Amino acid sequence: MGKYIVKRIAMGILSVFIVATLTFFLMNLVPGGPFVAEKSISKAAQEALEAKFGLDKPLLQRYTTYMTDFLHGDMGFSLRQRGRTVSDIIFSKFPVSARLAGIAVVVALCVGIPLGCISAYNRGKLADNFIIVLGTCGIAIPSFISSVLLLYTFGSWLKILPTMGLNDAVSYIMPVTALAIYPTAYITRLMRSSLLDVMGQDYIRTAKAKGLSSFMILFKHALRNALLPVIAYVGPMLASLMTGSFVVEKIFTIPGLGREFVSSITNRDYTMIMGTTIILAALVIAANVIVDILYKIIDPRIKLK
Amino acid sequence: MSEKLLEIVDERLSFFTPAGEVKALNGVSFSMEEGEVLGIVGESGSGKSVTAYSIMGLTAYPGRLIGGTIRFNGHQVDQMSEKEFRKMRGNEVSIIFQDPMTSLNPVYTIGNQIEEVIRLHTDKSKTEARARAKELLELVGINEPEKRLRQYPHELSGGMRQRVMIAIALACEPKLLIADEPTTALDVTIQAQILELMQELRQKMGMSIIMITHDLGVVASMCERIAVMYAGHIVEYGTTDEIFYHPSHEYTKGLIGSIPKLTTEESERLVPIEGQPVDLLNPPAGCPFAPRCRSCMKICLKKMPPKTRLSDTHYSYCWLRQKEAAEGGHEA
Repeated sequence: MGKYIVKRIAMGILSVFIVATLTFFLMNLVPGGPFVAEKSISKAAQEALEAKFGLDKPLLQRYTTYMTDFLHGDMGFSLRQRGRTVSDIIFSKFPVSARLAGIAVVVALCVGIPLGCISAYNRGKLADNFIIVLGTCGIAIPSFISSVLLLYTFGSWLKILPTMGLNDAVSYIMPVTALAIYPTAYITRLMRSSLLDVMGQDYIRTAKAKGLSSFMILFKHALRNALLPVIAYVGPMLASLMTGSFVVEKIFTIPGLGREFVSSITNRDYTMIMGTTIILAALVIAANVIVDILYKIIDPRIKLK
Repeated sequence: MSEKLLEIVDERLSFFTPAGEVKALNGVSFSMEEGEVLGIVGESGSGKSVTAYSIMGLTAYPGRLIGGTIRFNGHQVDQMSEKEFRKMRGNEVSIIFQDPMTSLNPVYTIGNQIEEVIRLHTDKSKTEARARAKELLELVGINEPEKRLRQYPHELSGGMRQRVMIAIALACEPKLLIADEPTTALDVTIQAQILELMQELRQKMGMSIIMITHDLGVVASMCERIAVMYAGHIVEYGTTDEIFYHPSHEYTKGLIGSIPKLTTEESERLVPIEGQPVDLLNPPAGCPFAPRCRSCMKICLKKMPPKTRLSDTHYSYCWLRQKEAAEGGHEA
């Protein structure tokens, strides 16, 4: 197990390195630059800025400089947010997004798993059909629609929830809901089909033949097996939610990492692009390692090599 | 004469599928005494397993009992609630399934799965249950039981897993053990070992066994009585000797005739039963075997034959026997 984790971390570092390299060259292939759009500054000033951030050097040299700095824990200054380092920005905004995402995932699991079970247990009946329709809506409705609907209903019409910021516990309700809708719906569907599959297995028949109650069959014998696909889905989803949702953060005016992702790209803020991409890649890889370990804990047949 | 352990009278069971009512059992009747070993033979879909599962209330959806009575060990099974079934399952009657590779839960240890049934039906403590589980593993001939209890199903071979299934089934010393093709998924040498084990355990524990199989070799070596099923009917019932040496139904004769013999020349063809199994959505009006029967008469296609008693223990449902009985003065 320990050996496996070390190996996976080494492989993870290699993957992050590859992602960083690809991103570095790809973003430099895109036309434009961090200072091009600003018409007000003179050509001389532009060149001076580029020289200051080392953008006048050849690409390969910039790459080696960035990588060397990165290995020393220095992700550089943001090219557009003057005076702030990339790590500053990421470490001030990441916790906001991460907390929001953490709560949203817990909500999605706490709602999605029971709904999926209810749906599977009442297969073909009214409750099942209702949950399926609800789940399809949850998957089909994009977050900007659900966010706006929430905002309109609870913020502007009923005036019971705050519409912006994350100042108190209540203000988490709407953004968390908006973030959780899609994963909840997805987990519900995943749970339903996975549980239906497991309930048809021979060992469930064995459990029944032993005289166990349906409660015990579900909670002891079926659920543990049926949870595997859900876990496989939740890991990477948590990683992508933790790096923030542009739409939800924008609509609810939340100072999270999601906005930085999009604005860094439109601004050609090269150092920010690198910083956010590396964080996302590292999170996704870490989530996958954790999923693999959880898999091993739940299902003893899985060999970690 | 000992008390009847199991008595099934005119059991009818159908599966209500979207395509229509599939009549899986069409008036099955038989009884068993304590300690008896009954073999139920027949081809796939003849209703062997369905009959056995219904004794435990394990009929799969959308199947439903629509007629007849089942009495087992003093219970009126056909009127029992799910709660009453739960008390009986694994305790008074238990079952071994065909495929040991998939019948054990992969995520729990062997020990956990054996102890579970012990603790469910007895007041034993955790340590007592563990001790009993160890004892059971020794009983079914598994070496290093302490180690096995901590292992997961995937760490055991098919034969070992079937032994574990037997241990689970016998944990509460049931009166009746249903073995649903217990050796079909195993290779031949393991098959023999499992059958030997079952016979040995039966002598030790004295339970009755219903052996469901399509392997006539298995019934010949294990069973005292045999019920031959075809299309949801018991077409012939008798002692093992009667069935093998004096088969009376044409289907039974076909089954026995299709067994390859040691004396068969290599170039000789095996004798199959021609034709297709019955479509249980639209069962024929007469004898269900008539369309495939080599000696089919006109009446066979129109009316289901009545029971012909051939001896105290042997009867069959065939118009030919009925005719002979009428001519020869047998009791009809």
